[in-house]
Amino acid sequence: MKILLPFVAVIALVFLAYAGVGVAKLHFLFGVVLPYAAIAVFIFGFIYRMFIWGKSPVPFSIPTTAGQQKSFPWIKQNKLDNPSSTLGVIGRMALEVLLFRSLFRNTKTELRDGPVLSYGSEKFLWAAGLAFHWSFLIIFVRHFRFFMQDVPVVLQMIEGADSFFQVGAPLLYLTDVVLVAAVTFLVFRRLAMPLIKYISLPADYFPLFLILGIAITGILMRYVTKVHIVGVKELVMGLVSFSPVIPDGIGVIFYIHLFLVSTLLLYFPMSKLMHFGGVFLSPTRNMPANSREVRHVNPWNYPVHVHTYEEYENDFRDKMKKAGLPVEKE
Amino acid sequence: MAKGPTPAELANIDYTPPQTEWMDTPTVIKTGTFCWGAKAKNLNIVEFPNARDWNPSEEDWKLPENWQEIFLKGMKDLLGKYRSFKVFMDICVRCGACADKCHFFIGSGDPKNMPVLRAELLRSVYRNDFTMAGKILGKLAGGRKLTLPVLKEIWYYLYQCTECRRCSLFCPYGIDTAEITMMGRELMNLLGLNTDWISGPVANCYMKGNHLGLEPHAIMNSIEGMIDDIETITGIRINPSFNRKGAEILFVTPSGDLFADPGTYTAMGYMMLFHELGLDYTWSTYASEGGNFGFFTSNEMAKRLNSKIYAEAKRLGVKYIIGGECGHMWRVLTQYMDTWNGPADFLEVPVSPITGTRFENAKSTKMIHVTEFTADLIKNNKLKLDPSRNNGLNVTYHDSCNTARGMGLLDEPRYIIKNVCNTFHEMPENTIREQTFCCGSGTGLNASENMELRMRGGLPRANAVKFVKEQYGVNTLANICAIDRATLSASMEYWVPGTRVTGVHELVANALIMKGEKERETDLRGDPLPGKEGN
Repeated sequence: MKILLPFVAVIALVFLAYAGVGVAKLHFLFGVVLPYAAIAVFIFGFIYRMFIWGKSPVPFSIPTTAGQQKSFPWIKQNKLDNPSSTLGVIGRMALEVLLFRSLFRNTKTELRDGPVLSYGSEKFLWAAGLAFHWSFLIIFVRHFRFFMQDVPVVLQMIEGADSFFQVGAPLLYLTDVVLVAAVTFLVFRRLAMPLIKYISLPADYFPLFLILGIAITGILMRYVTKVHIVGVKELVMGLVSFSPVIPDGIGVIFYIHLFLVSTLLLYFPMSKLMHFGGVFLSPTRNMPANSREVRHVNPWNYPVHVHTYEEYENDFRDKMKKAGLPVEKE
Repeated sequence: MAKGPTPAELANIDYTPPQTEWMDTPTVIKTGTFCWGAKAKNLNIVEFPNARDWNPSEEDWKLPENWQEIFLKGMKDLLGKYRSFKVFMDICVRCGACADKCHFFIGSGDPKNMPVLRAELLRSVYRNDFTMAGKILGKLAGGRKLTLPVLKEIWYYLYQCTECRRCSLFCPYGIDTAEITMMGRELMNLLGLNTDWISGPVANCYMKGNHLGLEPHAIMNSIEGMIDDIETITGIRINPSFNRKGAEILFVTPSGDLFADPGTYTAMGYMMLFHELGLDYTWSTYASEGGNFGFFTSNEMAKRLNSKIYAEAKRLGVKYIIGGECGHMWRVLTQYMDTWNGPADFLEVPVSPITGTRFENAKSTKMIHVTEFTADLIKNNKLKLDPSRNNGLNVTYHDSCNTARGMGLLDEPRYIIKNVCNTFHEMPENTIREQTFCCGSGTGLNASENMELRMRGGLPRANAVKFVKEQYGVNTLANICAIDRATLSASMEYWVPGTRVTGVHELVANALIMKGEKERETDLRGDPLPGKEGN
């Protein structure tokens, strides 16, 4: 159920767009209104979520230290995994966000008779995660050719590199293949590993199926069911310049693709996909480990009821005197 | 373990999850895996709400009528106070990287001990009551109502987490289950749902200055006993001072070091070292606890207990503080103390009176770790050492979770050990340093009624010790944590019999050549030194 439901939901979205555009001819709704609404929700939703997180303070300095601390000049500090400076934190965060360093540490625990526990290297999740996120980013950047009148050189270089192997016509983009393969692996992983399946929620499958739907419709458009590409650019440029137009004859599949993307944008701020923003706010990663050197201030620190020395001495004065301990009051 | 399962039985672990979804799989509170409930008298001492005697294994937990309201209101409060809590409730993608990193999951196979699922127990309530999707879609969005069985389940698994943070090391977003457990336990304390093993020490520490409830004269008696032993072994009578105003240094260590073997040997080690150096230091009977079981109840309680250290340093007029070998104590001292009870502007930046080294890394907290102090001494050739006295010991080193992942004190103790022992072997790399495994009994889980849980949680650490024992003949497990010294002794006896558990400063004192000492026949434990067996 928790797998089937999100799958059916994505199929239903496809049919909804197909019926809306192909049958009911609601081109303007699916081509203009929904994309605008989705982008607005995405931008404001994203900012709102970051704002809400940011509103809660960080009362304590709680970095997870993952290497040797800074102590003596003759003991080598691990400046990236236990950073004591801002520069170190930037390095740590960059490695985390760009290369998924923590996930790279991943191991697989195995228990054999004896008992013998062993911890083997397990890089598949890291590799698939990295492949997925990076190919998604490159594909996203490649789409900017639709948003700009003239295609910048940088974009052309990215496209050139992405189609390096020159397979087929139109040229096959590597990232298209990698994205589909990686997402498929991530779905497969959730289904095949009993413990991962056990922890998975509908909210874990839905974005995977949705992104797979987006990728497949995009690939179909490029390589199989061709759409009227000049019309697509015209529509997108219309959206970008706030003078929307609906050119004729683009093809329904484009609207399906666009609708799935709109759904992703709408869904993003209210889902776990916000890990994209959240990772930057994670206190175990984005704080310098220097709290013995520089005092961290808690904005809501308040006085507490303590048991003072005076009270303690009052409780034990006789015993203290008998034991020869100095006292404040005789 | 008297009646519990044998190691062979316990090691037969099934990692297959149940057929039913976790939300539909009721949790059974199992004997041997939970601690007794807090007693009313202990909670009353520290003015905690809803104090009553209660028993987790009974059906009726005697909860206040509006317990749901209290819990959810408390949750709202914490979400507003801690960004960590809020972000960690929201951004988990359930990738499962943390799943097999937890010693309790590895040792039990219980899927609710996977860090991700432990957090989901609470996260599901969060989604149901604090997110739009959860309010509308309920279970479909992964939400569930806070019912009595749900509360009991959350409680049960919050006390099967030792806040060791190993999961947070592997999480791509740094989600730290320790944070979630701390928040969860704070909520439980609003309902009076503490454990006896935590609330007792907290009440003791609040009134008497230490977890064990040692009164001033009892502390002195205990130390007197150690002084006698030191004299027997070395022929030197040392004379430590207590509550002495005008001393240069205040020394604070976990009270476990004063109470029972093998912690007492570590305490003897500190005293022998300090005596040899002629260090101008004092003990305090008021701030006689380095550890902080308040940290396992609520932020406020932890701060209340911790306040004594700075207060006493100020009263005695010392220049700075040295802290003994302890794990969670150093998480608190490193990441919390200065924020709670600082700034300690009445103290000075620590400078070793022997070497002149200025401890810039502690220039705000003004408190240094005794292994930092000693490593600096050795590096500057200030100690006369005879490591061959430790020749009978084939040593490996266990990093405490908190000094490793809450501080990064990794090489200082190793440097010391390598200078005071001739034989040292590391355990496998996935089990040491930042990847170290918990002893299995931290955060106040070192009771006796939950021994099965402790032995399960202790399996990964013990198994790594077993590996180096078989590989290199390791027979000694060194560490810098009072809880380790007590709990690893138990888990070694169970999983790797014949392993000695020792503090680092016990090894230091064995090797330390003191001025005017007689020829030593035995180590600090009274066991004959290598080559002296026949005497």
